[in-house]
Amino acid sequence: MSNRYSRQELFLGSKAQANINEASVIIIGAGALGSASAEMLVRAGIGVLTVVDRDYVDLTNLQRQQLYTEEDVSNQLPKAIAAKTRLEQINSEITINCFIEDVNGLNIEELIKGHSVIVDATDNFETSLIVNDAAVKHGIPFLFGACVGSYGLTYPIIPGETPCLHCLLNYLPMDGMTCDTVGVISPIVQITAALQITQVLQILSGETLFPILQSMDIWKNEKAEINVTQLKNKLCPTCGEHPSHPFLSFENQMKTDVLCGRDAVQLRPGLGRRTYSLPHLLERLESHVKNPVLNQYLLSCKFEDYRVVFFKDGRAIIHGTNEAKNARAVYNRFIQFY
Amino acid sequence: MSITLNGKSVDLREGVNTVEQLLSHYHLENRIVIVEINKEIVMKENYKTMSLSHGDVVEIIHFVGGG
Ligand SMILES: [Zn+2]
Repeated sequence: MSNRYSRQELFLGSKAQANINEASVIIIGAGALGSASAEMLVRAGIGVLTVVDRDYVDLTNLQRQQLYTEEDVSNQLPKAIAAKTRLEQINSEITINCFIEDVNGLNIEELIKGHSVIVDATDNFETSLIVNDAAVKHGIPFLFGACVGSYGLTYPIIPGETPCLHCLLNYLPMDGMTCDTVGVISPIVQITAALQITQVLQILSGETLFPILQSMDIWKNEKAEINVTQLKNKLCPTCGEHPSHPFLSFENQMKTDVLCGRDAVQLRPGLGRRTYSLPHLLERLESHVKNPVLNQYLLSCKFEDYRVVFFKDGRAIIHGTNEAKNARAVYNRFIQFY
Repeated sequence: MSITLNGKSVDLREGVNTVEQLLSHYHLENRIVIVEINKEIVMKENYKTMSLSHGDVVEIIHFVGGG
């Protein structure tokens, strides 16, 4: 009998294949790593896949973000939506959930609920630490991965067994520390995601994962591996004896993130969130903006000297500035029309 | 002095004798980094005092944000 998973099943065995078909995996981020991971998992027949992403498809994404097309760029589709459409074309037998959200300490626990594995595909280290807190708190394996330039690294966090990501820090990262502006080539994305998804398949096949931090630079052809067992910290605020999960703590301020190398700033409102009617907003703004693109999820337009991409939940990405303060002022001038 | 760094043999120039100096030579002093020498992880508080010796097998992995 022909079966779409037969080649994989020959390698992993029917029990592992059954586990894969019943598993639910969440990928945090649907950029380069997230696209690569999602496609592998969907082709492998993962039962449920959840994709969360805060961004929309931009022309500069197409060089490495394999799920997206030029049409997605002209429609300014949120990545989560464009990803779901493409993934359903690849495999219609599985369930794909998508969320257009900025992952933060307040929503991460709800997002990961009910999933068997979490795959890291965030574009910044701070968010990985938020996910690490939630993964450890809820006992869900978390496969860390990151890449920039021609360099990538991976690390599996198995709650209760391996040191967590927080244990590995020799100091706390400061805002902007992770801002890398050196670009990235797509092969390192593929390798990093491939290592993460191999670990997903190993977990679902019942293999033991060891606490090995792994890195590679494909341009320089360098590899490194460190067993970090000895870094397990009994006093770790995330996985120690008296955990406080500091990265899940309350955030009620408007949050601004300078988006590295993109001349853009993201603003996210704090508590007391609301849902905006985008057609209504456009109507009010009509005479103040140029080239508006409105879809179900966002309004993108030129406002003053900036391009503003405004999402239904009040989140916005302001292009044309690298300064949080300036972006806040633009945001306030923009939203006053509502 | 030559060491094996991330699987490759490298000759260290004069003045690079400690872990701290090695990290700053590679511009990694302000990074989140894990350093292992001959299969033992070096704790951050020892970066200044831990000397390198000829023939050491050193692995350095630094964290990045990106994906
Ligand atoms: Zn920990």
